[in-house]
Amino acid sequence: MQSNSSALYASRKRANQIGLFLSMLAMVLGLAALLWILIVLFGNGLAALDWSIFVNDTPAPGSEGGGLRNAMVGSLMIVGLAVLVSTPVGILAGIYLTEYGDSSKTAEFTRFITDIMLSAPSIVLGLFVYAIAVATIGNFSGYAGSLALALIAVPVVMRTTENMMRLVPGSLREAAFALGAPRWKVTTMVTLRAARSGVITGLLLAVARISGETAPLLFTALNNQFFSTDMSSPMANLPVVIFQFAMSPYENWIRLAWAGALVITLTVLLLNILARVFFRDKTTG
Amino acid sequence: MNETAVALAAAEAANTRNALEVRNLNFFYGKFQGLKNVSMDVAEHKVTAFIGPSGCGKSTLLRTLNRMYSLYPGQRAEGEILFYGQNILDPKQDLNLLRARIGMVFQKPTPFPMTIYDNIAFGVKLYENLNKSDMDDRVEWALSKAALWNEVKDKLGQNGMSLSGGQQQRLCIARSVAVKPSVLLLDEPTSALDPISTGKVEELVHELKKDYTIAIVTHNMQQAARCSDYTAYMYLGELVEFGQTQQIFFKPQRTETEDYITGRFG
Repeated sequence: MQSNSSALYASRKRANQIGLFLSMLAMVLGLAALLWILIVLFGNGLAALDWSIFVNDTPAPGSEGGGLRNAMVGSLMIVGLAVLVSTPVGILAGIYLTEYGDSSKTAEFTRFITDIMLSAPSIVLGLFVYAIAVATIGNFSGYAGSLALALIAVPVVMRTTENMMRLVPGSLREAAFALGAPRWKVTTMVTLRAARSGVITGLLLAVARISGETAPLLFTALNNQFFSTDMSSPMANLPVVIFQFAMSPYENWIRLAWAGALVITLTVLLLNILARVFFRDKTTG
Repeated sequence: MNETAVALAAAEAANTRNALEVRNLNFFYGKFQGLKNVSMDVAEHKVTAFIGPSGCGKSTLLRTLNRMYSLYPGQRAEGEILFYGQNILDPKQDLNLLRARIGMVFQKPTPFPMTIYDNIAFGVKLYENLNKSDMDDRVEWALSKAALWNEVKDKLGQNGMSLSGGQQQRLCIARSVAVKPSVLLLDEPTSALDPISTGKVEELVHELKKDYTIAIVTHNMQQAARCSDYTAYMYLGELVEFGQTQQIFFKPQRTETEDYITGRFG
């Protein structure tokens, strides 16, 4: 009996060690890939990163120097408008899913569609916006780019809002209802407030997600060699500039592509860190 | 009890009005019947305690009194609950107005994610339009009622979550008192608190019954004996025995009640 159980214990211990080893290996592989990307990116991008890329516009083929000012401003405007549109839509839809729809048919259907949207290839969304907002009007535009990005951001914001609102204990809602508060007041003043930092985290993650998207912008905002703040015409933006410049034969273009890639990565990294800080504040109360 | 005591009790009973009268109440969680044909009264300006083992329906009964259950589809009540003569189970009953009149405090403290001041002001703002100084007075009044004012008067701007568990619970009581309800429902208000905080809340219950009708659910029989005037013993969704607390604890009519109270069961 004694020897039996110790044999069993030994085999469990072995299984545990194998499991631990495999999961450590997976972690190391994942981290190594990430580190490798960062090393290559910093190695190539840091050298090209100087003040001039923030003040000069993208250079014409064959000309020297140049910068990324127009692309950065374009990206900021396109992403900014997308966030402005997708934030209220996403948050309101998330509120609907937890507080009003809950397990109704409409809510179930909305969740199903959202899941599809979340995993839809972004190039498909780009093509869709091209068909409805570029082909019909006849020109590429910043607005179309924003629309495509908003379509990607809405389900992200919606799902995080829903999940975060769901984490708010039912007793808190009941306590507010017990004072005679109508549902919309309970939702906005108590539940949403309790979930606030989680919802903001979701927003930041959505911004991080869309600021690097290239495919949906290829067919919508396209690109513009010159500085422009007119969102009804084609607009320069970082992802598409990186895409075009990285594959060009010009050395200064390739350098700019690396610099742009580094700028986007750092921005996304910063947003992720901000999101984490927000969420930590929430969880430690 | 001697004859004078009985006569006194009867006279007292005759003098009290009922804030709530429950008549033939049946309650269902979907198909499961949580309450079976319950009839009882909650006397005005008295403390009525609901006791019984877990799952006996005491919290369920409390949650029908402000129709909290109506938040959840699938839960329904049949019968009548008269609140000063008006049937609150009527589908036409305005639930927000009802809950402003019948307040509730929960087992776990539930401070809202806002300042101590705003926690109190939240409910008041729903139904009253007070200017700043009137609101300040009301906040102080409510916090004093809940014996919390002295502990928090210098930190009204702090988040309600920063208080200790016992203080949070008194904040929740203050919040319910602030809207000046007529009835307060307390659902095991001290089960998450330490003995000192529990003592404070019990004193508070005693203090509050001058102005409010109180119904309290408790797991703690000593608590029921200490702070209630009437006690209802429930078991498996049925009201086994209901009467004056003294009588329930010293001369229970039913052996089930006696077994539970003396600890032979439950």
